[in-house]
Amino acid sequence: MKTFTFRIGGVHPDENKITAEVATKVAALPKQAIIPLSQHIGAPAKAVVKKGDKVKAGTLIAEAGGFVSAPIFSSVSGTVAKVDMAVDASGYRKPAVFIDVEGDEWEESIDRSDKLERLSDHPELTPEEIVNRVRANGVVGMGGACFPTSIKLTPPPTAKAEWVIINGVECEPYITADYRLMMEHADEILEGVEILMKAVKVDKGFIGIEDNKPKAIELFNQKVKFHPNIKVVPLAKKYPQGGEKQLVDAVVRRQVPAPPAIPVNVGAVVQNVGTAFAVYEAVMKNKPLFERYVTVTGKKLANPGNFIVRMGTPMKQLIEACGGLPEGDNKILAGGPMMGKALPTVDVPVVKGTNSVTILTDDDAKRKEPNPCIRCAKCVSACPMGLEPFLLATLSAHKDWERDEKEDIVSCIECGSCQFTCPAHRPLLDNIRTGKQTVMGIIRARAAEAAAAKKAAEEKAAQAAK
Amino acid sequence: MANLIVSLSPHAHGNDSVERNMYGVIIALIPALIVSFLYFGVGSAIVCGTSVIACLFFEWAITKFLLKREKSTILDGSAIITGILLGFNMPSNLPIWIIIIGALVAIGVGKMTFGGLGNNPFNPALVGRAFLLVSFPAQMTTWPEAGQLASYTDATTGATPLAIMKDAIKSGDASVLNKLPDSLDMFLGNPGAGFGAGCIGEVCGAALILGLIFMLWKKIITWHIPVSIIGTVFVIAGLMHLANPIYANPVAVILSGGLLLGAIFMATDYVTSPMTAKGQIIYGVAIGFLTIVIRNFGSYPEGMSFAILIMNAFTPLINTYCKPKRFGEVAKK
Repeated sequence: MKTFTFRIGGVHPDENKITAEVATKVAALPKQAIIPLSQHIGAPAKAVVKKGDKVKAGTLIAEAGGFVSAPIFSSVSGTVAKVDMAVDASGYRKPAVFIDVEGDEWEESIDRSDKLERLSDHPELTPEEIVNRVRANGVVGMGGACFPTSIKLTPPPTAKAEWVIINGVECEPYITADYRLMMEHADEILEGVEILMKAVKVDKGFIGIEDNKPKAIELFNQKVKFHPNIKVVPLAKKYPQGGEKQLVDAVVRRQVPAPPAIPVNVGAVVQNVGTAFAVYEAVMKNKPLFERYVTVTGKKLANPGNFIVRMGTPMKQLIEACGGLPEGDNKILAGGPMMGKALPTVDVPVVKGTNSVTILTDDDAKRKEPNPCIRCAKCVSACPMGLEPFLLATLSAHKDWERDEKEDIVSCIECGSCQFTCPAHRPLLDNIRTGKQTVMGIIRARAAEAAAAKKAAEEKAAQAAK
Repeated sequence: MANLIVSLSPHAHGNDSVERNMYGVIIALIPALIVSFLYFGVGSAIVCGTSVIACLFFEWAITKFLLKREKSTILDGSAIITGILLGFNMPSNLPIWIIIIGALVAIGVGKMTFGGLGNNPFNPALVGRAFLLVSFPAQMTTWPEAGQLASYTDATTGATPLAIMKDAIKSGDASVLNKLPDSLDMFLGNPGAGFGAGCIGEVCGAALILGLIFMLWKKIITWHIPVSIIGTVFVIAGLMHLANPIYANPVAVILSGGLLLGAIFMATDYVTSPMTAKGQIIYGVAIGFLTIVIRNFGSYPEGMSFAILIMNAFTPLINTYCKPKRFGEVAKK
C-alpha cells in the first residue's frame, strides 16, 4: 500500500489506542445537562430560554451570537433549571443553560429512522439550501477546533475550492472516537462528504486515513466503489497529520502559506469525519448537533470505551461509567495527550468539540524536571511548521515580541511536537504559546490602529471637501 | 477525591533525555576505546582514565564550590565524553600532570565558565587540546609507535602519517609518501603492519565509523556534519593530489590524523554546532576546507581541531542566517 504524509517535521508518539475495538455504547442520560453557550470559535450564542421553560431534545436554546457563531440546541428533554455560570474545558466560568432531565422526548421535526438517505435522491438540495441547514442545525468542526462549518462552506470570493478533504487521521494518541464512527457509520459519512462536495461545488473528495487503521482503510475502499468522486488516501502514521495544513500537504501536496492564509487559499476545504457525519444528520435527518462520539480512555481506567454522548453530560458521569477515577494522581484531559486541555474539575460537561476524555495517571500525568537546553536541534527537526522552537521559546521568555514576530511565531499550530521531543524536557510550548498570543494581540492592535487612522483621514478629507 | 493535576499541553513526552543521548555517544566511543587499548595498552588506559576522572572531578568541584549549585551534573554523561575525547586527542605517553591541566582547561575554562552544559561556545575537549598544544608543543607532538602495550612515558616515539605528508609537501618530493602505511591498514587499524604513531583515538577508522553508524541508528546525530566534512576533504584533497602528487591521495588524507574522530565525534557536538540542516552542511564544508588549508599550508601537521574551533565561533552567525524552510514556502509540486 502506497502511503503519503506531510513533508516537514513530525513525531511518533505511542498510540495507546486501547479502545479501538470497543464497540460504541449509548451513554446514559445525565440527571442535569449543563450546556455551555460557547461551544465554538467566535461569539457565544445568546440564550433564548429561561428558567421553567420546557424543552425537548433538539429544541433551540440559544441562537447564534454573530456571524462567526453557531446556535445551540437542547440535548435532553426536561425543564430549564437556570441560566448560570459553569466551568468549561478552558477552566473558566462561562454562561451555560442547566436543564433538569425528564424522560427523553425529541422534537418531531427530527427523522429518527436509520434509513440511509442518498444525496442523489434529493435534487431539491441546492448548495445554498445545504449551507442553510448546516448553519441552522449548529454544526461546527468536530475535530476539536469547533469552527462553524457553514462559514467554511462559503469560502471568500477570492479563493476557489477544488477539493473536499476529509480528516479521518485521528493522529492523537488514545482517541478512537473518529475510528469507531468510521467503522460504524461509513455510509452516512460518505453521503456527508457528497453533501459537502455539493455545498462547495467541487467534484473531487479525498478521505485521509492513517495506516494504523487498516480496517477503516479497507472498509472505505469498498464503500467508495459507489462514490466514484471520492478517493481514500492512506497516510503513513505521523503526528500531527490531523492538523489541517499538514493534511492538505499530505493529500494534495500543497502547502498553505503563513497566516492569515487558510486551506481554501490553496483549494482545499478540510472537514473532519465527525463533521461529515454531523452534516449528513443535519441535512438529511434535520437533526441538530446535540450528541457526539466520545472516547473515555486511560491506561489505568477499569473499563475504557467509546460512547455516544449528549452534549452537557458531565464528564464525571462518563468516568464513573468506565469504573471511576483510578487510584493515584490523575490528570483528566478533554482531548488527547498531545493537544488536550487538562481539566480542573470532573464536573466539566461534554460539548461539541469533546472527542475524548483521557485520564493520565501517576508518572504519565507529571512533567519531568527541565534541564538546560543542549542545542541538539531535535525540536527544529520535529516542528511541522519549519519553525525554530528553541529560539521562539527563548525569545518569548525574554519578552522579545518583535523578534518573535520576525521568526514567524504566529505560524505555530501548538501541536506540541517540540516539547514532546525535547531531551531536556524544556517547557517549549508553554513559552511559545505566551509569545504567540502576545504577538497576535500586537498584530490585531496594529491593524485596529491602522483602520482607525484610515477612518480619521477619510473623515478629515470629507470635511475638507465640504 | 485527590486533587487533579493541571498543566498545559502536550501531556505526553517521547522519553528522550539528555542522559540517553550522552550515554549513547559514550557507547559509540567504546569501539575506538577498545582499539586504543589494543594499540597503546597501559599508556592509553592511563591517559584516558586520568582524563575522564579529572574532567568529572573538575565539573563536580566547580559546580559545588564555585557555582554553588545544589544539583550535580556529573552524571549527565557530558563530562565523561569530554574526558574520553580529550584523552583521544593526546599521545599515549603524556605525563599525568599535563593531562590534569588539560582537563582543568577543558572543563573549567571551556565549559563551566559559560555556565555548564549547553552554554559553552567552543567544544570543551578541543579547548583543552588547543591549550595543551600551544603550551606543551613538544610533549603534544611526539607520538609513541603503536604496539608497545606495556610502556607509558618510556615508549619509543615515531612519525605519524600526517608528519610524513607534511615532509612530502616541505621537501616537494612525492616519493616520501611511500613511507605512508597502507590505507586499508589505517582504516582497519593494524599495529603489526607498521602503522606508526598517532593520538590515542585516531588510529582506527573502522572503529570510529562503527560509532558513527550507531549514533545515526539511534538518531543521536544526523548525517549532515560528518558527511559534509568528509566529502569536502575528499574532493579538495583529491583535486590537490591530481594537480600535484606531493599531496597525498584523498583516502589517506581522510584516514590519517584526527579527521574521522573530529568529523564524527567533535564537530557533531550538539552545543557548538548549528541547529539547521543547511547550517550544518555549511559548517561541515567549512571545517573540511579549513582542515586541508591548515594541513597543507600551515605549520601544524594537523588542522582538524583548529578548524572545528574556528567554525564553533561561526555557529551563532550560521544560526542567525540559516533558517529552516518554513511551512508554506515549499514550491508547489
